[in-house]
Amino acid sequence: MKRIAIAAAVSLLTAACNRGILDPVGPVGAQEKQILINSTAIMLAIIIPTMIATVAFAWWFRRGNTKATYRPDWEYSGAIEMVVWAIPALTILLLGGITWIASHDLDPAKPLKSNVPPLKVDVVSLDWKWLFIYPDQGIATVNQLVIPAGTPVQFRLTSATVWNSFFVPQMGTMIYTMPRMTTRLNLQADRQGEYNGLSSHFSGDGFPGMQFKVQALPADQFAMWAQGARGQGVSLDGRGYADLSKPSSYVKPITYGAVAPGLFDAIVSGRAPANPVPPPQHNPPALPAGA
Amino acid sequence: MFGRLTWDAIPFHEPIPLITSAVVLLAIASLGIWITRNKWWSYLWNEYVTSTDHKKIGIMYIVMALVMLVRGFADAIMMRAQQSLAIGASQGYLPPEHYNQIFSAHGTIMIFFVAMPFIIGFMNFVVPLQLGVRDVAFPTLNNVSFWLNASGALLINLSLFIGEFARTGWLGFPPLSEKAFSPGVGVDYYLVALQISGVGTVLTGVNFVTTILKIRAPGMSYLRMPVFCWTALASNLLIIAAFPVLTVVLAELMLDRYLGFHFFTNDGGGNSMLYMNLIWVWGHPEVYILVLPAFGIYSEVASTFSGKPLFGYRSMVFATLAICLISFMVWLHHFFTMGAGGDINAVFGIASMIIGIPTGVKIYNWLFTMYGGRVRFTVPVHYLIGFMLTFVIGGLTGVLLAIPPVDFVVHNSLFLVAHFHQVIIGGVVFALMAGYTYWFPKAFGFTLDERIGKWIFWCWFIGFHLAFMPLYVLGFWGATRRMQHIPDPTWAPWLHVAFVGAAIIGIGIALTVVQLLYSIKTRDQRRDVTGDPWDGRTLEWLTLSPPPHYNFAVLPDVHGEEAYWVRKQTAIKQDQLIEEPDYQPIEMPLNTPTGVIVAFFAAVCGFALIWYIWWLAILGLIGAFGIFVWYAWRDEHEHIIPVEEVRANARERRRIRMEHLHNLSQST
Repeated sequence: MKRIAIAAAVSLLTAACNRGILDPVGPVGAQEKQILINSTAIMLAIIIPTMIATVAFAWWFRRGNTKATYRPDWEYSGAIEMVVWAIPALTILLLGGITWIASHDLDPAKPLKSNVPPLKVDVVSLDWKWLFIYPDQGIATVNQLVIPAGTPVQFRLTSATVWNSFFVPQMGTMIYTMPRMTTRLNLQADRQGEYNGLSSHFSGDGFPGMQFKVQALPADQFAMWAQGARGQGVSLDGRGYADLSKPSSYVKPITYGAVAPGLFDAIVSGRAPANPVPPPQHNPPALPAGA
Repeated sequence: MFGRLTWDAIPFHEPIPLITSAVVLLAIASLGIWITRNKWWSYLWNEYVTSTDHKKIGIMYIVMALVMLVRGFADAIMMRAQQSLAIGASQGYLPPEHYNQIFSAHGTIMIFFVAMPFIIGFMNFVVPLQLGVRDVAFPTLNNVSFWLNASGALLINLSLFIGEFARTGWLGFPPLSEKAFSPGVGVDYYLVALQISGVGTVLTGVNFVTTILKIRAPGMSYLRMPVFCWTALASNLLIIAAFPVLTVVLAELMLDRYLGFHFFTNDGGGNSMLYMNLIWVWGHPEVYILVLPAFGIYSEVASTFSGKPLFGYRSMVFATLAICLISFMVWLHHFFTMGAGGDINAVFGIASMIIGIPTGVKIYNWLFTMYGGRVRFTVPVHYLIGFMLTFVIGGLTGVLLAIPPVDFVVHNSLFLVAHFHQVIIGGVVFALMAGYTYWFPKAFGFTLDERIGKWIFWCWFIGFHLAFMPLYVLGFWGATRRMQHIPDPTWAPWLHVAFVGAAIIGIGIALTVVQLLYSIKTRDQRRDVTGDPWDGRTLEWLTLSPPPHYNFAVLPDVHGEEAYWVRKQTAIKQDQLIEEPDYQPIEMPLNTPTGVIVAFFAAVCGFALIWYIWWLAILGLIGAFGIFVWYAWRDEHEHIIPVEEVRANARERRRIRMEHLHNLSQST
C-alpha cells in the first residue's frame, strides 16, 4: 500500500509537468493549439449569446408572466430568418477559410521548414509496443523515441499487425499506422525534455500498454547517444524481430545496436522475417491473389 | 454436431457474467411466472406480439429500447468504475479481455438497440397519427421489422451468457476484427446480430418512406405535414440509403471470416481502409438518422408548450432536408488522421461544418418559437431547454473536430468521446425522454408523474455534465479512449467525477422505473379523458387516448399547417364540431404471427452461424423462408370493423371533445 502511495506520488509529480496538447513543445502542436483556441473563441462569441437568449426567452415568456405579450400567431419573419441563416453561415465561412488554409499548412506529410537537416525515423506499431528504426544511424529502439530538439523529424509509419495511431500529444498531430501501408508525419520538438507518447487507436488486449517516452535531447547529446548505441547490445535481425513481434505489452524500452537493412520496407510489403500472428485454425486455404 | 459450441462457452469460471446470467434468467423466469399467473399470455400474444397495429409495434420498440438502456447503462457504469480504479499501479477489477467486450457492447447496444428502436418506436407510434391515417403502408412488414430487430438484441445479449462478445469496439474495425486477430465468436455475434436487425431497419425505412409519401389524410400536402413527419421522412430516406452500405460492409467482413475472402485482410490484397470508409458512409448518416427525428420531437414540444406555431416552418423543413443530403458527404471526417492530403481533409472538414448552418438555424427557430409564446415549463420543455443549452456546446466541439488540424490532436481522445455523448445524450436522449413524456398519455390514456419527471430530467442534465465535461479536459491532456488501464495518476480526480456523473444518470434511469410504476398506481387521478392533455396542435391529439385500433373513425380533412389546431379553434369559435360525417365500416389488417416466427428462425439461423452449426443454420433459413411462403398463401387479409361499432365510438368521442372544447373556450 505504502509502495503504491509513493509510486503514485512520484508519478503525480512527473506527470504534473505534462499538460497535453495545451502545452505544445514544437511548431506543429503550437499551431494546432492556436487554431483550437481561435476557433473556440469565434464560436463562443455566437454560442454564449444564444445560450443566454434561450434561458431569457423561455423565462420571460413563461406562462405566468403577465407582462410578456402573447403573440399566438407569430410564426414567420423574413428579417429574422435572414439573420438566423446568416449568423451560422458567416461563422462557418470564416471557420471554413481557416480550415482550408490550416489543412494545407499542417498536412502531416508536409516537411517542416528548417535550416537543420531532418532526422529520419521509421515507426512500426507491433502487438503491443512501438518500434522506432533510425535508418541513417543504423539503430532501433522500442517504446523509447530519442530525438534531437530543434530538429525536424520525418516519420514513415506502418503497422506489423493491426491499426494503431502514433501520438505524442505535446508534439501535435497523430497519425494512423496501418498494415501494408505507409503514412508520413513531420514533427519537431523545440523544447528539451521527456514527453509521453501513446497509441490512440484501439488495437486489442494489450492496447493500454502501448505507452512510450519521447526524449528530446540537445543535438550534440543526441549524436552522442546514437553513436554510443550503434553496435552495442542486441541486434534487430530476422530472429530478433521475430522475437519482438510476439504479442507483449507494457514492454520496457530496448535499444538495438544494429538493424537488418530494409526491415521497414519488408514489414510494409509483408516480407518481414516473422509472421507475428499464429496461423488461424479453421480458415479454409486462402484464394490465390487475383482469383 | 454442435460446431464450436461446447460447455466451455458458458462462463462458469467468470463470476461477473455468471452472476449476471443467473440474475437475468431469474428475472425472466419470474416475469414469465407472473404473466402466467395473471393469465396474460393470450392478451400479450393477441394485443402485442402478433399485432400489426403501428401503435402497439411502436410501444414494443420503446419497451425494448428501455430494457436495453438498462443493459447499456450497466456497461457504462462498469467502464467508468474500471477507469476510476485502474489508475497507475492498480489494474482495476476488469481484465482487458472483459473490459474490451464491455465498451464494444456498450456502443453497439446503445446505438443499435436503444437509440434506434426508441426513435423507430416514436416514428411508428406518431407518424400515422400525425398524418391522420389508420396505419403504415405495410403493417405486417412493420411487425416483421420489429421482431427482426428484437432477434438482433437477443443475440447480442446471448453473447453475455454463451461465448463472448466482440472486443473490437462498436464498429469492429479490421484487421483487428479479422479471423487472424479475433478468432473467437465475439465478432461473429456482432456481425450476425447487426445483419439481422439491419434487415429489420431497412424494411422500416421502406415502410415509412412509402407511408409518408403515399398515405396521408386528405388535404395533408407535403408542406402541411408536421415537422416530426418531415424529420421522419428524412431519417427513413437516410436509412434506405445508408443501411444497405452497412449490410454490404458487414457481409464482406463475414465473407473474410467465414470463407477466407480478402476484402480487409492484411494479406491477399485486402485493404482495411476500405472498411473504414464504408462503415462511416453508413455511420455518419446514422447519426442523423437518430438526431433528425429528435429535432422533430423538439419542434413538436417547442410549438405545443409555447402555444404557438413552429417559427419558420418552411425554413425548418429546408434545414432538415439540407442536413439529410449533406450528411452523406462528410464521412471522411471520422478519419482525418489516416493521412489523406490537405485538399481531401479540407473539403470534408468544411462540408462537415456546413451541416452546422442548418442545425444552427434550427436552434434559432426553436428560440423564436418560444419568443412571444406562453411557455409552460413541463417536463418536455425542461428537456428542450436542456437540449438547446447542451447541444450548442456539442456543436462547438463538433465543429472543432471538423477542423482537420484540431482533429489531429483530439481524434480518438476522450474529447471525442465527450463530444459524441454530448450530441447523442444532449440531442437524442433528451428528445427521447421528452417524447416519452409527451406521447405517453396518448399511448396509455394517463400522464406520467410530473414531479418525478423533473427529477429525472435533473439527473440526466447534471449527471451528463459531470460525466462528460471532465472527459473534455482529459482529452486536452492527451487521454485516449478505450483504455482498460489509465497510465497517468493525475487524471484520477477527473475520472472520479465522471464516475459520479454516470452514477447520477443511473439514478435518473432508476427513477424512470419508479415514475412508471407510480404513475400506473395513481393512473386514476391522471387520466387523460380528453385525448388532448397538452392543448396540442397536430392530429394525434384529435383522437382518443389511447386511440382505437383504426385511429380515426373518418380520416380528417386537413386545412392548413396545424391540422388539429385549426380544427380546434374553428370549433371553439363556432361552439360546435364539424357536421357528423357518414360513418363507414373500416377494414383493418389482421394480426399475424409471421413476424415473430420469422424472427425466431432468423435468430436460430444466426446463432447457428455464430457457432458453426451448419445444419441448424440451413434449417433456420428454410424455416424463415417457409413462413414467408406460408404467409403469402393466406386467404384472409383484413377484418372489417362494423359501422355500428365505429359510429358508437365516434359519437362518444364527439361528446367528449365537445365538453373539452367548452372547457378550453372558458379557460381562454
